Amino acid sequence: MNMSKIVREAANLLFPFILVFGFYIVLHGHLTPGGGFQGGAVIATGFVLLFVAYSYPQITERIGVGALHNTETLGLLLFIVTALIALGFGVTFFTNWMLDIGPILNNPVAFGPNPGDLNTAGVIPVMNIAVGIEVLGALSVIVLYMMSGTKETI
Amino acid sequence: MMQEIILQNLPALLLAVPMLGAFATPLIGRAGGGARNLWTVAVMLATLAIAIVLTAQVLSSGTVVYTFGAGAADLTVPADSGGIPVRIIFTVDAMGAFMTLSASIVGLGVMLYSLSSASRSTGQNGYYALLLLLVVGILGMVCTGDMFNFFVFLEINSLAGAALVAYRVDKGVAVEGGLKYAVLSTLGGLLVLFAIALLYGQYDALNIAVLASRIQFTPLDQIALVMLLVALAMKAGAVPMHFWTPDAYSMAPSAITALLVVASQASLYGVFRVVFTLYGLTLNYVTIGWIIIILGVLSMFVGVTMAIPQKDVKRLMAYHAVSQTGYMLLGVGVGLAVLGNPQLLDSYGVIAMEGGIFHIINHAMYKGLLFLTAGAIFYRTGTRNLNQLGGLGHSMKWTMVFFIIGALAIAGIPPFNGFASKLMIYESVFLFNPLLAIIAMVVSILTLASFVKVFHSIFMGPRLPEYAEVREAPTPMLIGMGLLSLLVVLFGIFPQEVVDILITPAASALIDQGGYIASVLGGA
Repeated sequence: MNMSKIVREAANLLFPFILVFGFYIVLHGHLTPGGGFQGGAVIATGFVLLFVAYSYPQITERIGVGALHNTETLGLLLFIVTALIALGFGVTFFTNWMLDIGPILNNPVAFGPNPGDLNTAGVIPVMNIAVGIEVLGALSVIVLYMMSGTKETI
Repeated sequence: MMQEIILQNLPALLLAVPMLGAFATPLIGRAGGGARNLWTVAVMLATLAIAIVLTAQVLSSGTVVYTFGAGAADLTVPADSGGIPVRIIFTVDAMGAFMTLSASIVGLGVMLYSLSSASRSTGQNGYYALLLLLVVGILGMVCTGDMFNFFVFLEINSLAGAALVAYRVDKGVAVEGGLKYAVLSTLGGLLVLFAIALLYGQYDALNIAVLASRIQFTPLDQIALVMLLVALAMKAGAVPMHFWTPDAYSMAPSAITALLVVASQASLYGVFRVVFTLYGLTLNYVTIGWIIIILGVLSMFVGVTMAIPQKDVKRLMAYHAVSQTGYMLLGVGVGLAVLGNPQLLDSYGVIAMEGGIFHIINHAMYKGLLFLTAGAIFYRTGTRNLNQLGGLGHSMKWTMVFFIIGALAIAGIPPFNGFASKLMIYESVFLFNPLLAIIAMVVSILTLASFVKVFHSIFMGPRLPEYAEVREAPTPMLIGMGLLSLLVVLFGIFPQEVVDILITPAASALIDQGGYIASVLGGA
């Protein structure tokens, strides 16, 4: 059962902003408060907003459960593979190997008050992104499963 | 090159391989059930191989330390940290290596068994992913050298376990068992977390070696000790905190129950690690030793007396699991009670500890085997009620043989492995306090009585008409059970070799607090 048009339109309107805010938190995880989990949770609230505004069949038509599962798996795999690659450089599991190799994510961190540089911190942003997409997938799947069990009234 | 990388990163790979396996399982499951089954078994085989190589490394060259996120594995204390190991460190000594071996052997048996036992269920991708995560939780708990990391793996262990207990919904009954397990595990986890916070607040460290070198046994430490002991003894299923075990063990799929036994032993390992390595001689070892002994005796006796009247075969076995945990607590508790007295420790304390530790791996094998046979019977007949079963000896011969092996082993009959470890416990505990040894023997006799009853009501008697169609359990199940029963028999025939190779180093590693500290902090 759909909610009223006002709710649906408001959800449509808010959804992109929530996504942007969530990804902002994920991407700035190594610079500002928050990180992968928090950002992923914010993104998932965007999905939940849509789930609430629209009926279950309508939602599953547009957002497949399988796709969300894949997102979750992708995030987990990205995380563990990033950690495993370190072994190839002769250092231990979870070592920040990106700092040693390339120009990406490799700027020295400025000391003192500064506007913040996204291009720092090596594998930490990568792992934040991995956790972010894992959490957005997992939380959305949980809510979607709970929704599938609810009875539609009216 | 590749080989070198693997050999240098064994403790990390021990965790990383099953974790990668778990995360990739849903993706590979897309390609079909066969590919996924092959993948999970391959992952579990690789884990077992790593555990064996790691154990060999630990036994040949001493404790292996592994520093995460460092330039090299043995770089435990960074040069600019002021002598404090800031990173997460895995400290695998002989005791930890022994536990990883025990867990991964049972893990492989369970994985093979699951190929058939889970084949009729839905959501198998999640099942195998959670199974591998449970293995990760167990292996992490026994490898880690960091208190907070221990808590994290305890939580992985609890969450994966609770989800798996509730896996076969069964009209909501299993969900109740799973919820009970989840709530109690979370409660235990929070107690552990709070205890860790108390330690961290006082000593500014989470690394077990650092904590052990600084610990004073202040009143706050005593509170932390009580909370750690209560929470971990509950997770291990010791009386009077055993009440979750019958529900969780009987409702979980049998393969999972076999692994839950190992999971609870990881908590038992936590108890031993806390009292021996973390606190060591600072605690009042006579009192704490006696507390552990009393917990053990209560578990033995209450467990077996509760088991006798049970009608549900898995519930009955669950109470026996509680009872057998008591033997391990008794053996190691006696070792702790004489920890400060080198003479008594040499004359019987070490033997008692070795018996208790040997019983851990033996119990994991035969109890796992028994739960798997119960699962095979349930798979073929659809009931666990002893009053309804009967006459299965005609149709399920191999299952019957495996059941006999498991039942005789648990009752401590030679030449099976239960006898070997129980004999060590009887002999040494008798020197410590004859009454305790007599209780232990009486409990063994009651165990035998109980299993004779179970054997009789399941396998003996004429072929029943309602089970006329029952056939032998499927081959993968038989292979899983066969693997465990082979080890039960081998460990029973060659106990001395096992004790010399695995158990004695494990017991001395547990006693050797200084060695543990030195392996992380260097020299000292």
